[in-house]
Amino acid sequence: MSEEKKTTRRQIAAAKTLKKFMADYFYEMDNAAKTGSQKIAWCTSVGPAELLRGMGFLVYYPENHGAMLGATRMSTELIPYTNALGYSPDICSYLTCDVGSYIQKKTPLTMAYNIESVPRPDVLVFNTNQCRDVQDWFAWYSRELNVPLVGVYTHRDIGEIRDYEIKDIASQIEDLVPKLEAVTGEKLDMDRFKEAVGQSRRTSELWRACLEASAALPSPWTFFDATIHMAPAVVSRGTKEANDYYELLLPELQQRVKNGVAAVEGEKHRLYWEGMPIWGKLRALSEQFYSLKTCVVASTYCNSWIFDQLDPDEPFESMAMAYTEIFIVRDEPYKEQYITDCYNKFKFDGILFHDAKTCPNNSNNRYGMPERLSKKLGIPVLTINGDLCDLRCYSEEQAKTNIEAFIEQLEEK
Amino acid sequence: MTTNDDSSIFVGVDVGASHTKVAILNSEKRLVGHSVRKSGTDFTDSAEICLKSALEMANALGKKIVRCVSTGYGRKNVPFSQGTKTEIGCHARGCYHYFPMAMTIVDIGGQDNKVIKLDDKGRRLSFKMNRKCAAGTGAFLEEMSVRLEIPLEDMDALAEGAENMVELGSYCTVFSATEVLGKIRQGEKVPDIVKGLFFSVIKRVLEMDSLTDRVAMTGGVVAHNPYLVNMVEEITEREILVPEYPQLTGAVGAALFAMEEGG
Repeated sequence: MSEEKKTTRRQIAAAKTLKKFMADYFYEMDNAAKTGSQKIAWCTSVGPAELLRGMGFLVYYPENHGAMLGATRMSTELIPYTNALGYSPDICSYLTCDVGSYIQKKTPLTMAYNIESVPRPDVLVFNTNQCRDVQDWFAWYSRELNVPLVGVYTHRDIGEIRDYEIKDIASQIEDLVPKLEAVTGEKLDMDRFKEAVGQSRRTSELWRACLEASAALPSPWTFFDATIHMAPAVVSRGTKEANDYYELLLPELQQRVKNGVAAVEGEKHRLYWEGMPIWGKLRALSEQFYSLKTCVVASTYCNSWIFDQLDPDEPFESMAMAYTEIFIVRDEPYKEQYITDCYNKFKFDGILFHDAKTCPNNSNNRYGMPERLSKKLGIPVLTINGDLCDLRCYSEEQAKTNIEAFIEQLEEK
Repeated sequence: MTTNDDSSIFVGVDVGASHTKVAILNSEKRLVGHSVRKSGTDFTDSAEICLKSALEMANALGKKIVRCVSTGYGRKNVPFSQGTKTEIGCHARGCYHYFPMAMTIVDIGGQDNKVIKLDDKGRRLSFKMNRKCAAGTGAFLEEMSVRLEIPLEDMDALAEGAENMVELGSYCTVFSATEVLGKIRQGEKVPDIVKGLFFSVIKRVLEMDSLTDRVAMTGGVVAHNPYLVNMVEEITEREILVPEYPQLTGAVGAALFAMEEGG
């Protein structure tokens, strides 16, 4: 028993296209930053991307960069540089590693695409629907680069969504228009905007269908696969190219379902992942679950880029609704019902909560939810401590033992 | 390894972060040999030395081993084991062997704590381990014994002899050390401080999860500090079950798994 069993995970054929898709995305942005051919907006990951696309911006997402810093394990060494500026190690490690990356002039884009630096923004656009940290993050760049900062302030802990909340958010999005027009020098073209909302709605439908393929027994892909293949839904929603990608991926997954192809050979257990990914440990965790014949079939995280409410006929109001109804904005009863609905759909037999040290907004274990859901659904729950990007907060041995023990527990049932 | 007969033995090896433990059971599930030593830096070496010593105690030969299961932090570093189980599974299995009932198991180890809930069939209902923090573990007491210049093995008697208890408010080991130094400066008596340290360990563990009616305690800290169990009984107002060799519980559980898998 001196060595852990090595595993070979089943590859997704569309991954090759995804690789080119992401390269093209960053090359287009890099070229625009160098030549000034197109304006660049930095946007938070669930920010008003459709409006920016509709106004002709190329859209760059610092959170995507944070995830890349995490996945390449560059983040942990970059975070302390931001801490030294007075930004606590307890705040969002996307923020601290991304700013550290800027200070140190180190980016994973160099290794992956031979791109020297992230594209300089013409405007910074946030939505606080995820957390307050995004505005502090963008505010740092606004001061550093002397770039305008605009944003939407979303209501929080919402149960039933009220009209006044939607009206407020819709008018906040509409109020962004003149500020963004000042950057582009052009008036908003409503047709172009509606087109972007329509494309984004299509992205959402396709992405939902891809994720729901995991309801099949056995599941054709895993949460760990989805964290990679979600990239077009995050960075290119509102474009035809993103939809083309999912038009390619979805049939591959559907074919796997039809043929009974399992992502995890001999799938014995199915789990739900609640909380942020641990970006620097995706492979290690994926391999551990594979060796335990356990498929993580669904997650709140990957579902976060489903925006059912987008409607090109009501672009402002539907964006307000789409970006307000997401899980992270909602109250505890809503979240519990949401996971219950996922349980009914994906038929998992346990829930893993990731308590991310620097991401309280996306760590839903802290107010007794695991215990309540375990009792309600009659399935066991496990909480592991870690972080999205700061691996100093992650004890790999302890997490591995916890996961292994959790699977032992499932097998005792 | 051999086929199963009356002289067959089953081995459990628990390579903990702090100590390595070996338990040998005969075919009647009786503990016939055991050994404990520091895990040190070479887990494989420690496991082999412990096995040799336990075999001597059992007056048995290695060829009579039917199966060996390893557990603990270094469970993958035991070349002579044929299977692994987590320490959570092994503590549950070992404890249920001594106390076959629904219960909460509180294990205080060198570097981590576990709270495991079992149903009346011995199946795990839930478990929790401490977060990545030394507070409430054996490492906390080790650190404090160094700071106070008190041999670790003297702490139990000191706590038991305390007239009062100095309460420590800090959550963190480093902050607690500073707080202890402050208490010394204020003239507090060392036994009262040591009792306060025990109380701090207990608080950290009890806040991990709720307790059921029956509670068992295991692990090296309990083995070497029986007075800590008395304190838990007083605080929780219930009798605490403790196996004969609390530090060996995980190793016994591993040996029981070896028997189930190989017997």
